[in-house]
Amino acid sequence: MVYSPTEMEDQTAVVDEGKAMDSPSKEMLLDWYRQMVLIRQFEETCHQLYEEKRITGVYLHLYSGHEASGVGSMAALRKSDHVITAYRDHGIALILGMDPKAVMAEMMGKKTGSSGGKGGSMHLASKDHNFWGGYAIVGGHLPLAAGIALEARYRGKDDVTMTYVGDGATNNGYFHESLNMSAIWELPVIWIIENNGYGMGTEVERASGQVELHRKAEAYGIKSFGRVDAQNALEVYAVASKAVEYARANGPAVIEHVTYRYRGHGVSDKQYDARDDMSAELKEWVERREPIKILRDCIESKYGDVGEILAKHEADAKRIVAESVAFAEASELPSSYQDLLQNTYVGSELVYKTDDSIGAGID
Amino acid sequence: MAVRNIAMREAIRRALREEMQRDENVFVMGEEVAYWQGTHRVTRGFLEEFGERRVRDTPISEMAIGGLAVGAAMAGLRPVAEFMTINFAFLALDAIANHAAKVRYFFDGMFKVPLVYRAASGWGNQATASHSHAPEPIFAHFPGIFVGCPSNSLDAYGMLKTSIRDDNPVLFSESIALYPKPSPMPDDLDEDYLIPIGKGDIKRQGADVTLVAYARGVDWALQAARQLARDGVEAEVIDLRWLRPLDMALVYESFKKTNRCVIVEESLPMYSFGGEIAANLQERMFDYMDAPIKRVAAEDVPLPYSKDIELLALPNAQKVVDAVKEIL
Repeated sequence: MVYSPTEMEDQTAVVDEGKAMDSPSKEMLLDWYRQMVLIRQFEETCHQLYEEKRITGVYLHLYSGHEASGVGSMAALRKSDHVITAYRDHGIALILGMDPKAVMAEMMGKKTGSSGGKGGSMHLASKDHNFWGGYAIVGGHLPLAAGIALEARYRGKDDVTMTYVGDGATNNGYFHESLNMSAIWELPVIWIIENNGYGMGTEVERASGQVELHRKAEAYGIKSFGRVDAQNALEVYAVASKAVEYARANGPAVIEHVTYRYRGHGVSDKQYDARDDMSAELKEWVERREPIKILRDCIESKYGDVGEILAKHEADAKRIVAESVAFAEASELPSSYQDLLQNTYVGSELVYKTDDSIGAGID
Repeated sequence: MAVRNIAMREAIRRALREEMQRDENVFVMGEEVAYWQGTHRVTRGFLEEFGERRVRDTPISEMAIGGLAVGAAMAGLRPVAEFMTINFAFLALDAIANHAAKVRYFFDGMFKVPLVYRAASGWGNQATASHSHAPEPIFAHFPGIFVGCPSNSLDAYGMLKTSIRDDNPVLFSESIALYPKPSPMPDDLDEDYLIPIGKGDIKRQGADVTLVAYARGVDWALQAARQLARDGVEAEVIDLRWLRPLDMALVYESFKKTNRCVIVEESLPMYSFGGEIAANLQERMFDYMDAPIKRVAAEDVPLPYSKDIELLALPNAQKVVDAVKEIL
């Protein structure tokens, strides 16, 4: 095991609560709660649907346990900023406001899915939300993030690209090359390392020479905003706000979010059932560092009795997710040859096609 | 109309420069493209004309070059990313095959990826094994990307312009051996001279045998055709120009007339361009086939350093002539 929840309480960044920018309003906190319970409900429902074989396929990577990492950091963005992530992308999609119905339909491979059933769990995206997608090759999205940030620099805009990357990907060539490139071109990327302790099944300390992952930024002359207890949405938000402000003006920034995944790498992993030490570790995280409970405690300590509002968010989450399942299950599967082939290429008058031209796809 | 002989590198430079002048979204990036004016001198003078914003030196980071171009293209720019040689593009194969080619598909048409990867290709001058590849078929394997391989200056000009203007990703392979080779280009060429993606070209007419080639293979095929003509054999030389999409209609038309075919390529023989063309011919043109289809490719070995055995490994016009004579 890499970090105990107790260690996290000691090691993470000291947050300066004095700055007004870092203090989320009551409305913000309540909305974060709404987002987090929606994600949890969505993910646990996905897990159940997978067990029941109503969601099929091999890959389903759940964000349960990670909620505060995405919610707290994306709260620091404005609408014109960009977001990109890897395959653990459901929570990111929901935070950005993608329709849970389209997301659930994508899980089930339906035509009404956000990617028309072509992408599945790992390939959610929404152009309307500046969400550039979830990507399935570890580290593969990192240079794409740099390219998206380059577009902003190229046109003189100050939008930033928030990029989520797992701890395992920090050992991959894409990570090194992309961070280096972002440094020399001063690209406004916030590289958020979501360190949940494991790259698939391998502990961080068995995979990385430098176990303080945010310090990898030093190798490229990138400013690190340190390690954050990412079970606490307020701490995440405070640090992300500073990093976003910095990136807008200067260039890349790195933050390490220490978090924990409640459902293993993907749903097909049964590590918590198979090993006692793993189930004990999970139990400890859930008991001591549960992100939804931490936020709830914070809201209640600041604003007293908000139970009614919170209960409404919880009930809404259940209803919204149930509706998304009903919508997805009632939707049509893609089944035609046209469905299979379309959108391989952009149709173009410049492409010369005959009946005997092969390899051009169809419009 | 005045016509002058122009080296292929000059034609490529002219096309790229005009497209950068025409469209502010077009920019070039790659190793040594700016301050050192391009390893193959294609981007000579670009930094001075377009500045650092649009002419971007990269570190030696092929994975990042490959992927960064995808992100920039999705976001609305039109990157022309140079791999100093196509050998180094192997390092970017994941970005090319998994992202450039697939992003549009797995998000069901949400994004366009209007990028061009330029790469200098081929063997020669004892460059040794790891720097001596013509691996275009590897890239053409993947649906979602187009692959262009010009054989002369005018084609390179029109094909590169089309590639830059098209909304799909294109791998544009430039044969190093052809960079200095002059071929005719009209002086007053229209800046909108575009060669459609996927359209092949008949480089020489003939009724006795069809030679199918691309890039440098076209040179060998044309040399072989001249040699065969002295023996009274008229070869038709088809330059497919694009490996994806493949203009098989052009090959079929010719084959119906000649009933014989030799496929010429600079690349390796296994799982190859030659295999692809031959397979399609036997499936669609079986009734027209009068002889086995022959393939001339590199020998199935890594390329050695020493000159004589390097040349032994490689295709040439004589090997094409010999193959034709076997099936006449």
